[in-house]
Amino acid sequence: MTRILTALMLALMIPIGLAMPAAAQLQVRVDEGNFQPTPLAIPDFEVRGANAEMAEDIADVVRADLESTGLFDIQNPASFIQKDLSIDVQPRFPDWRIIQTEGLVVGAYEELPDGKIAVSFRLWDVYGGEVMRINGQPGRRLTTTPDNWRRIAHKIADSIYNRLTGEDPYFDTRIVYIAETGPKTERVKRLAIMDADGANQQYLTAGTNTVLTPRFSPSAQEITYMSYEGGRPRVYLFNIETGRQELLGNFPGMTFAPRFSRDGESVLMTQAQGGNSEIYLMNLQTRQSRRLTDHPAIDTSPSMSPDGRAIVFTSDRGGSPQLYIMNTDGSPRTCPSGGRDVACRITFNKGQYSTPVWSPRGDLVAFTKQLGGRFYIGVIGTDGKGERLLTESYLDEGPDWSPNGRVIVYFRESRPGAGPQLWSVDLSGRNERRMMTQTDASDPAWSPLLQ
Amino acid sequence: MNTTFKLAAAAAVVLSISACASQPEPVEQVEEQAPVEVAEPAPAPAPVEAAPAAPVGPLAGSLEDFRVNVGERVYFDLNGYRLDVDDQEILKRQAAWLSSYPGVRIIVAGNCDERGTREYNLALGERRASIVKDYLVSLGVDPSRVDTISYGKERPIAAGSDEQAWALNRNGFTQIVSGANS
Repeated sequence: MTRILTALMLALMIPIGLAMPAAAQLQVRVDEGNFQPTPLAIPDFEVRGANAEMAEDIADVVRADLESTGLFDIQNPASFIQKDLSIDVQPRFPDWRIIQTEGLVVGAYEELPDGKIAVSFRLWDVYGGEVMRINGQPGRRLTTTPDNWRRIAHKIADSIYNRLTGEDPYFDTRIVYIAETGPKTERVKRLAIMDADGANQQYLTAGTNTVLTPRFSPSAQEITYMSYEGGRPRVYLFNIETGRQELLGNFPGMTFAPRFSRDGESVLMTQAQGGNSEIYLMNLQTRQSRRLTDHPAIDTSPSMSPDGRAIVFTSDRGGSPQLYIMNTDGSPRTCPSGGRDVACRITFNKGQYSTPVWSPRGDLVAFTKQLGGRFYIGVIGTDGKGERLLTESYLDEGPDWSPNGRVIVYFRESRPGAGPQLWSVDLSGRNERRMMTQTDASDPAWSPLLQ
Repeated sequence: MNTTFKLAAAAAVVLSISACASQPEPVEQVEEQAPVEVAEPAPAPAPVEAAPAAPVGPLAGSLEDFRVNVGERVYFDLNGYRLDVDDQEILKRQAAWLSSYPGVRIIVAGNCDERGTREYNLALGERRASIVKDYLVSLGVDPSRVDTISYGKERPIAAGSDEQAWALNRNGFTQIVSGANS
């Protein structure tokens, strides 16, 4: 685990040569209705050292990251005409226009005298015939220790993605989830973590106690989750760096459905006792908690808005599970239905709605919907308008957002009896794809961008 | 099955009476209700010797006795948490059995089928467990003897993914924690 922390020394943005006008035209639209992936060429990197394999691996990860967005059509190297690319020389644009590539990434891999590695790259706008500046510079050079090579690759992919789409990056992140093994009636559930591309899978708990619903802190290397440790279902804080687990609060009954506030300073959770579930907000500094809901129905699965002013949650106060929004301070709101109330229902279409998660951008709520024996992942405006279903299967459940709010991760049981697996889908509903895990997997949650 | 249950209960009363000889009054009651002779086939005054000799059924007051002769689960409708007449019958038997074995402590687990989302099911399971507990308490069971827990959809007893399995998996499970005979 400490490997992850190994001093990550990224010397960022050392400008390399070239001063060119920055008026590149190449831009990838993520929300375009009539969608065409943008052709992008990422030839193997120039190798200035002994380990050509690592240079290849880094380029492979960059390609895989960008390909996984569904926004890019990564070109087949067999079609490349120019073979003598160098990072120091402008590419022969006509050679790349012939194969209809719009973007070209030229990289160089070096091994440094101190044992570290460095990767430099430039992004070229093939039709514009110029380099695309990244943070004002005509290229980037990243340095790290060899064991950290994947993170260099993710950072390069993040740079390219950000430059071409204008969206915040999300490749240099991790996913925490529940690894499941054993028969259905004796399931073993362990806390697990992996890079967002599925690499570096690790198990954080032994499986002695059933653990559920891990969620990442937006600001620290911490997870909050629910564990049956000691035979009581309760919410814990887990430090990824130290492996230390700590009980959150001393509530009677059970606590579950934890989720960090967007500033990472508090945890929302549900406490249930005597058949009634209510939502609490606990400050992690003072450990003081405050009850937010007050209703005899089930109130659970709270998620806070980015500005901290409101929460969205699941309640069956109307007779079936539906989504509601209330102000964190309990003051009345003007509801989509017109009236003023402490909690406003936002889902009115047919079906049951649960597991709401407020998007990092603040305008949408992702949810699980059940209707007619099928499960859906969808999004809806916080005003209850614009519901869109993104996925459907026998069981699709538990969405969480990528830190840039573009991609949703969830778990799926594709047919009755099939084990759960992790999937992701673009906010547009395009690009549904499986995330590979070593075991069955459920309850995924996305980390913030790594520091 | 009911007869076995009454005999076992009677036997237990006899046992508990002989254990505390300081109170004279109840002795007469016991003889009225349950003649010692009737209880003979069951392990009455000397259960240790009697039980292995005549293994007709589960040992009175044992986990097996509770499971076979009382019933440890009640079953709920889809998304439901109400107790129907059958459920109430089972819980009445549980309450009677528990009053016969006052040293027994139980935990009631609320379970749900897999056709709901995880967190809502945890809440629903807690509600189911509490409904069962409340009913037992209303029948005279001391609340301090009854713990509750929710497993949501985490502890199915039927592995299938069909209506039949789901119906079995929507249950309130009364599990004996301690104090049973063995």
